[in-house]
Amino acid sequence: MEKTMNLTLKVWRQKNAATDGQFVEYPLKDVSEDSSFLEMLDILNEELVEQGKEPVAFDHDCREGICGTCSMTINGTAHGPQRATTACQLHMRHFHDGQTITIEPWRAKPFPVMKDLIVDRTPFDRIMQAGGFITGRAGSAVEANAMPIPKGTADYAMDAAACIGCGACVAACPNASAMLFTAAKVAHMNSLPQGKPEKDRRALAMVTTMDGEGFGGCTNIGECEAVCPKEISLDMIAQLNRDYAAAQVKSFFKAV
Amino acid sequence: MNLDAKIPEGPIAEKWSKHKVKMKLVNPANRRKYHIIVVGSGLAGGAAAASLAEQGYNVSCFCYQDSPRRAHSIAAQGGINAAKNYQNDGDSVYRLFYDTVKGGDYRAREANVYRLAEVSNNIIDQCVASGVPFAREYGGQLANRSFGGAQVARTFYARGQTGQQLLLGAYSSLSRQIGLGKVTMYNRHEMLDVVKVDGHAKGIIVRNMATGEVSRHAGDCVVLATGGYGNVFFLSTNAQGCNVTAAYRAYKRGAGFANPCYTQIHPTCIPVHGEQQSKLTLMSESLRNDGRVWVPKSAETAQKIREGKLSGNDVPEDERDYFLERKYPSFGNLAPRDISSRAAKEACDEGRGIAATGLGVFLDFRDAIKRDGRKAIEERYGNLFDMYECITGDNPYQVPMMIFPAVHYTMGGLWVDYNLESTIPGMFVGGEANFSDHGANRLGASALMQGLADGYFVLPYTVGNYLGEQGVAAAGQITTEHPAFAEVEADVKARIDKLLSINGTESPRSFHKRLGQIIWEKCGMARSKAGLQEAIQEVQALRKEFWENVRVVGDADGINPELEKAGRVADFMEFGELMCRDALMREESCGGHFRVEHQTEEGEAKRDDENFSFVGVWEYLGDDAEPGLHRESLIYENVKLATRSYK
Ligand SMILES: Cc1cc2nc3c(=O)[nH]c(=O)nc-3n(C[C@H](O)[C@H](O)[C@H](O)COP(=O)(O)OP(=O)(O)OC[C@H]3O[C@@H](n4cnc5c(N)ncnc54)[C@H](O)[C@@H]3O)c2cc1C
Ligand code: FES
Repeated sequence: MEKTMNLTLKVWRQKNAATDGQFVEYPLKDVSEDSSFLEMLDILNEELVEQGKEPVAFDHDCREGICGTCSMTINGTAHGPQRATTACQLHMRHFHDGQTITIEPWRAKPFPVMKDLIVDRTPFDRIMQAGGFITGRAGSAVEANAMPIPKGTADYAMDAAACIGCGACVAACPNASAMLFTAAKVAHMNSLPQGKPEKDRRALAMVTTMDGEGFGGCTNIGECEAVCPKEISLDMIAQLNRDYAAAQVKSFFKAV
Repeated sequence: MNLDAKIPEGPIAEKWSKHKVKMKLVNPANRRKYHIIVVGSGLAGGAAAASLAEQGYNVSCFCYQDSPRRAHSIAAQGGINAAKNYQNDGDSVYRLFYDTVKGGDYRAREANVYRLAEVSNNIIDQCVASGVPFAREYGGQLANRSFGGAQVARTFYARGQTGQQLLLGAYSSLSRQIGLGKVTMYNRHEMLDVVKVDGHAKGIIVRNMATGEVSRHAGDCVVLATGGYGNVFFLSTNAQGCNVTAAYRAYKRGAGFANPCYTQIHPTCIPVHGEQQSKLTLMSESLRNDGRVWVPKSAETAQKIREGKLSGNDVPEDERDYFLERKYPSFGNLAPRDISSRAAKEACDEGRGIAATGLGVFLDFRDAIKRDGRKAIEERYGNLFDMYECITGDNPYQVPMMIFPAVHYTMGGLWVDYNLESTIPGMFVGGEANFSDHGANRLGASALMQGLADGYFVLPYTVGNYLGEQGVAAAGQITTEHPAFAEVEADVKARIDKLLSINGTESPRSFHKRLGQIIWEKCGMARSKAGLQEAIQEVQALRKEFWENVRVVGDADGINPELEKAGRVADFMEFGELMCRDALMREESCGGHFRVEHQTEEGEAKRDDENFSFVGVWEYLGDDAEPGLHRESLIYENVKLATRSYK
C-alpha cells in the first residue's frame, strides 16, 4: 500500500503586486509519498476550491524539470531540499509525516511578486535579447559537418546550455545577482566556434543589460551553484569574467 | 468545405523546388508594411516568428507561458531525424520519406512528407549554425543514434535534452528579433478566438493572463503553432498548460479538423503511481537502443513481483519473455510506438504486468551494462536514469525500469494544404497543431523535425506567397476597429462571464479528470464501436453537468489559473466528443487508431485501404448539430501500399 503523510503548510499569499502578502497556514492530510511536490499543492488547491477559497497560484508547466517554469522556495531553499532537483521533480518521500513546510516565492528585487508564488522573470528574457544569440539567417547555414567541433568543446557548451532559466540562482543569492544565468548563456555560445565572431559584443551587451535590470553584483558566495537544478558550475562565472574583461579592453582600444 | 491540397505538379522530388520558384514574392521594402500574428513560441511558432521577422515582416508572437523559452517543445528528450547519412548506412531523403509514410501506416500525404524529408538536412545545418550543442564523436563530427521504426541511425541529439536545445536555438533567434523590435512578444497571453474578415483570418482575441484584460490583435494573416491536444486524456506526457483551445476555436470559426482520433500512445513512460497523479513522464525512446523490454512468462511470477515478493532481477533468463524481440525479430525493441504500446498492453491484459497496479512492463539494462559497462550507459542516458530514480525512488542501474504506455502526441490537427494553410484563408497552421505529416502514427524524432521544417523552411515561403497574392495595397488595411473584432471579443467575454457565474460545486480539474477517464478507456489504446458510442453519450452528459455545476473561484481581473483551466476543459469537453466520432467513423485499424473489430488473427492492425485511404476532415456546423465529415483522398504514387510489417 502507498504510504501517506499529514502536513502543515505555511504558504505565502499575496493578491497582486500592489498589495502586501503574508503567510497562511493550512493543514493537509493523506498526501502520498509518491506524489510530487506540485501534486501536493494540487491537493491543497482542490480543497481550497471546495471551500470556495482561491487556490494558491504558482507557475508550473512541464512538471519534468526542464521548462524552468516552477519557482518556489521551500523551507528556505530555492526548489527545496533535494540537490539538482526542481520543485516539480521533488517528491514527497523526502518529507515526513507531521512536518511543517514553508513555501514562498522567489525573493529578489528584479523579480517582483505578481501573485502568491508567481514572480515576474522577464528580465531574463531581456538579457537574452541583448546578446544571447548567434546571428544567422535561416537558410544561410553551411553544411553541419563542415566545421568539426571537438567533443570536449561540444560537451562543455552543453553543460552550460543545460540552464533552464528558472531563476533559482537569483533567488538564492543574497545580492540577487544573475551572474550564473548570464554566464551560462555566454559560456555556451562563446565556447563554440560559431559563437566566436560575436563573443565580445555578446559578453558586453548581456552584462550591461543584466546590470541595468537591477541584479546585484557577484561576490563569489556560491549559493547559486548550490541550488541550481541543472548543476551549472561557478566556473562559468569565471569564464564570463574573463570574456568580459577581454571585451572591455578591446572596446577601449577600439574607442581610442 | 474546399479540401484542395494544392499539391504542385511534377515528380515528387521536384515539387517543392518548382513550387518555390512559382511562388509570389514580397519585395523586401514592402515586407515591413505587413503584420503577421504568430500564436505559439515552440519549435514551429518560435522558428516561424524569428524567420518571418528576419525577412522583414512585423510579427506579434503569443504564448501562454511567462517566457517563449518555456514552450512545451522544451521537454522533448530523444532527438531529431535528418537524412544526412553521416553513418553511411544507406540513408537518403527517399528512405526517410518512405519510413515516415510507412511509419504513419499510409495515412499521410506523400508530397508533404517528401518535403519534410527534403528539408530535414537544412534543419541540422541551421541548428548547428545557431549554436545547438548536438552530441559529437571524438573526431568532432556529429553523432547519431537510432530510433523506432528505422533501420538506420539518423537521429541527432543533445544528451537527453534535444528539444530543450533546439528550442533554445529558435528562442535565441526570436530573442534577437525581439531585441531589434521586429517581433513584439506577448508572454502570458492566451488566445481565445480567431477573427475573420471577409472569410480571411485577420486577427485574434487574447486574454492577458496577468491582468485579465481581453484585447484584440489584427494582422494580415495568422499562424497557429499551438501544439497538440494530448491533455484531452487528462493524464499525458504533455505540459499542464497544453490545450486544444486555439485549434478548437479556429475549428468553430470554420477551420476543418483532420483525423482527431489519431493519437499516439508512447510505450515508454513511467507507470501511474496513484490517484494524486497529475501528469505522466516519458522515458525517451532512445532507451530502447539498449534496454530490453520484458515481462515474466508466467502470470504467477508477475503476481509475485506485483506483490513485492520477488524482484525483476530474481527472474531467471528462461522465465522471461522479451516480447518485442520475440514478436518483431527484425526491429526488436525498436519496433514503432503504436506496435510496442499495444504489445505491452496485451502482456498486461494477460495478467503478466509487473507494476503494483498491474499496468507495467520491464525495461532492463542489465545486459547492456554487462556488455558496455556502466560508464557507457551513464554517458548515453545518465540524465534519464536520474530522472527515473528521482520520480520512482528506484535505481535503474540496479533494478530494471518499469514502464507503461501513455498518451504522448497527437497526429490529428487542423487540416492544412501543401502550403500549410487551413480551410480558413490566411490562417496557417504549423507543428503539432496541424495534421500534416505523420499519418496515423508518428515515428520517434520526427515531431521536432516537422516543427522546425514548418517554422524555418516552409511557412516563411508560403506565408509570403499568401501575402504576395493579397497584394501590397491590402497590407495593414484591417484594424481592430473593424466590427468583426467587437463581435468576437463580446463572445469571448460572455464565455468568461458564463464560466465565472455558474458557481457550482465541482472544480474544473475534477471535470477534466473525469473526461480523461472516459477518453482513455474508450478512445485510448483499443477502441470499439460500442465503447465509442457510449463515450459520446457520456461526454455529452459530462459536458452538460460541467456547464451546470462547475465552480470557478476568483474573478476575471488578474491571475486566475482556475479560470484558465475551466476554459481549456470546456473546449476539451467538446473536442473529446469529436475525437470519439472520428474514431467511430474510421472502421479500420491504422497506426495509433486500433479498432478491436479490425485486427488480424495475430492481433495486428488491419487497414482498409479501399474504403479508408482518406483524411477525415470535420466541419463545425453548430453547437446542436452533428459535425460534417469531408474526405481528402490519399493517393500514393511513389510508395506502394503494403501491410506494415516489422517482423
Ligand atoms: C515529453 C515529450 C518528449 C518528446 N520527445 C520528442 C523527441 O525526442 N523527438 C521528437 O521529434 N518529438 C518529441 N516530442 C514531440 C515534440 O516535442 C512536439 O510535438 C513538438 O515539440 C511540438 O512543437 P510545437 O511547436 O508544435 O508546439 P509546442 O512546443 O507545444 O508549442 C506550443 C506553443 O503554443 C503556445 N500556445 C498554446 N496554446 C495557446 C493559446 N491558446 N494561446 C496562446 N499561446 C498558446 C504555447 O505557449 C507554446 O508557445 C516529445 C513530446 C513530449 C511531450
Ligand atoms: S514545471 Fe517545468 S521545470 Fe518545473
